[in-house]
Parts: sequence; C-alpha cells; structure tokens
Amino acid sequence: MPDQLPEHPDWLWRTPDPKPSYDVVVVGAGGHGLATAYYLARNHGISNVAVLERGWLAGGNMARNTTIIRSNYLCEESAAIYEHALKLWEGLPEELEYDFLFSQRGVLNLAHTLQDVREGTRRVGANRLGGVDAEWLDPDEVRAFCPIVNTSPDVRYPVLGATLQPRAGIAKHDHVAWALARKADEHGVDLIQNCEVTGFVRDGGGRVVGVETTRGRIGAGRVALAAAGHTSTLTDLLGLRLPIQSHPLQALVSELLEPVHPTVVMSNHVHVYVSQAHKGELVMGAGIDSYNGYGQRGSFHQIEHQMAAALELFPIFARAHVLRTWGGIVDVTPDASPIIGLTPVENLYLNCGWGTGGFKATPASGWVYADTIAHGRPHQLAAPFALERFATGALIDEHGAAAVAH
Amino acid sequence: MLLIACPWCGERDETEYHYGGQAHVAHPADPHALSDAEWGAYLFVRDNPKGEFAERWMHAAGCRRWFNVVRHTVTHDISAVYPAGQPRPVPPSDEHSEVTA
Repeated sequence: MPDQLPEHPDWLWRTPDPKPSYDVVVVGAGGHGLATAYYLARNHGISNVAVLERGWLAGGNMARNTTIIRSNYLCEESAAIYEHALKLWEGLPEELEYDFLFSQRGVLNLAHTLQDVREGTRRVGANRLGGVDAEWLDPDEVRAFCPIVNTSPDVRYPVLGATLQPRAGIAKHDHVAWALARKADEHGVDLIQNCEVTGFVRDGGGRVVGVETTRGRIGAGRVALAAAGHTSTLTDLLGLRLPIQSHPLQALVSELLEPVHPTVVMSNHVHVYVSQAHKGELVMGAGIDSYNGYGQRGSFHQIEHQMAAALELFPIFARAHVLRTWGGIVDVTPDASPIIGLTPVENLYLNCGWGTGGFKATPASGWVYADTIAHGRPHQLAAPFALERFATGALIDEHGAAAVAH
Repeated sequence: MLLIACPWCGERDETEYHYGGQAHVAHPADPHALSDAEWGAYLFVRDNPKGEFAERWMHAAGCRRWFNVVRHTVTHDISAVYPAGQPRPVPPSDEHSEVTA
C-alpha cells in the first residue's frame, strides 16, 4: 500500500535542531511569532533567530480564528496599528510569493439600535479622518450589498444600517502561517517545533539570557514572547504578573455550501460574525466564554447563542448543519487592547493580550514587535500599547469601541 | 456547560450564574497609600493559572448570592464550593491532587 500513496509535497521549512544560542528567541510559532521572526530578518537583518513552539507550527489560535481582517476600530491607536496591518496584508501575497486567498470582500458591521447607529456613524467619521476606508449604509444599501441579510422591519432587532469597510476581508489562516514560515526559514530563521519553554535563564543582574526547554537550554540575546493565551504561564515563572486572563473563544463551521454569502457580516448587538470560506463553509464566531480556561473548549450554550443569532440575521441558513465546533485560548486584557513592548525584566519582550482579534493584526504585530526588539525601544505604533498603561491609566478602551463586542 | 452547585440552591446549569473572576482579592485598606503601579495592579492584574483557580460566581437566576468555587482551568473539575468570606479550603493531600494536562 505505501507505494500507492502520493509523494509527500516538498517541505516548506527545515526542521533544525536548536543551536546553543541565538540573537533572538521567539516563544510561540503562531502567526505573530512567525511574522516577528520574518520581519526581524527582512527589516532588521537579524536572522540568527529561533522560533520555539511547544506544539506544532500555527496549531493554536492561528488555526482556530475566523480569519476576518479589518481595521475599522474607533480608537486612533488601534486604527493606526490595524490599518498598518491591512496595508501589509495587501502586499503580502506577492512579497511572500504565496497566494493565501486574501479576499477583500468587505465587512459590514450591522446596527440594530439607535445607539448602534450613533456608534456606527461616529466610527465611520473617525475612520475617514484617520485614513481608514469606511462608509455608512442604510438598510436598502445593506440589502443590495449582502442580499441574504434579513432586513425586514418585522424582526426583534431590525437592521437600521451598517458600517462598511470595503478593503476588509478574509484570508486562509493556515496558509498565511506557512507563507511566513517558509520565508522566515529562507532567511535562516530556525523554526523548532515540539520544544516547550519550561523556564528562563537569568544572569547575576536579573537579565534574561536564555530559556530552558524540553530540548535543553538555549541561550538568547533577547527573548520575545508570542504565546497568546499561555503568556502568563511563562511570565509567572519570572514573578511578572500581567493584566491578562485566558478565556475560551469558540467558533464553528457548517458543511460546504454553494457560494451564498458575498462579504463578512458582524453584528455587535445580536452578536455573531459570519463569513463564507472559499471552500464553501459558513464560518462563524461570537464572544468568549465568561470563565478562565486553558482547555481549548468552552460551553455549548455559547454555540447555541451564536447559531441563534446567525439564524436571526440569515434565515436562509435554517437548514445548514454545523459540521464542527472548536475553541482556542485567548488572552484578554482589561481594555481589550494588546500589550506590546518591553518588560521590567531586561531582555524580555512582550506581545500578548490580542484577545479575540489577533489574526487581523498578524503582519503589523510582527512588524512593530520586530522593530521594538531590534532597537530595544517601542515602535511608534506600539508605544501606546505598552504595559505601563495599566499604571498610568492611559488605557485604549476598545470594549464596545472596536466594532465588535468582546 | 459547567454544572455548579450553589451552596444554597444546589446544582444548576452554568447559564444560571454570572462569573466574577478571581476570589479573595481584598480592597486595599488605604488606597491613598498606594503608588499608581500598586493601584493599577489592584484594579487590573489577577492570577491566571493553568490549574486550580479560586473564583467567584453569583447565582444570577436563583438566590443572587455570591460564593466561591475552586475549579481546574483545564479540566473544569470543581474541587470546592464555599460561601464568600470563608477562606479557601485546604484540599486533602491524597485527593484532588494536581491534574496535569
């Protein structure tokens, strides 16, 4: 039988053994860790880099998100970094020489109440002033843009309008990771899977100079965490407490269907977000489970709620079947904004707290994080997201401002 | 879905409850004596263990009283339920030992 199986396709990256030390060790081979390694090499000429991954490459939230890419955030600091990401997304397929099916099919954020309308029109104005494409659609325009949305006035939460970001869209998340991994590898970055960080090596001055792993000690000029929901299990080893809580976030797909859904629809009020993948699955998600959890699974009533919301908005889905549900572990901060930058521990860098929305930020996260690591000071776009904001009070309050409920 | 035993009403579905995060976080006795960093830590920083976690729940659809639960954040096993204000029970040494996952 084995001789009848097709040849394995070419591997996209090497599987090297870890070297004794690196200039930079990135912890976590998800999208953000891979993008960080790629930009360290591409933008800063730092290619003596290892990305350590306790499981397999891009097997955490990078494989579990709903692939939505947009930059229509209200707060200036957020819009700036997500718009930087969107501009990078627009060039990445060509730059990485990999068609990961980035599709700028637009995103609608529906308004169902007067307050939603006020928030939406305000956000459209803020986005336009900040250079982010944004339009306000009335219900007829919503129906024209996405005919399957129920715009009847005779529903519990009628659609009163929507914001539209035409440049938003989706991409195939696993291919994004593989594209970044291949290019990082070509630059000489070592991608080391099945290598869990179990401790930190510190010198007499308290500086981090390496990591202990399940594959032995690895020296590091700088250690850059990109471990999402597991970040605080690492920083706990250093006695560094972080304002993040790890929660389950669930998503689901239907079976494959004919193309019926031309865009991405998000509803803050009814609370679901839905797109249709290229293969044909309806992909949907909603909010986090309320409790802390590291089990990559949540409670079924969350699935029930988001499906009820989807049916409210899309009666046409009534006979679609759920094929699969799953959960990831998202690291949520008190202001629903990420933490990027330096830490009180010298040589240790932090990129976490992306919560429910990290996928869309992948290239910008890597871009600003690599710059921050290379220069030992925050990148301009990352500076507002420093850990210090939880002492100064300069929060970037995206709860309720980010065009989606957290 | 979690099945949680309210100390007063008994076992009910998770959907009857409201989650309150980490238990046993005391309000600072003299907030004005704290630095900004210390006050920020009180406001924003909570434990986030992968393992046993003492946390608050409120029986929103029942007696509406707050109480504490010790739950494992990977397996969701609940090893203790006790009224608010009581200290976290010390687990018997041979039972409820650390579950690894």
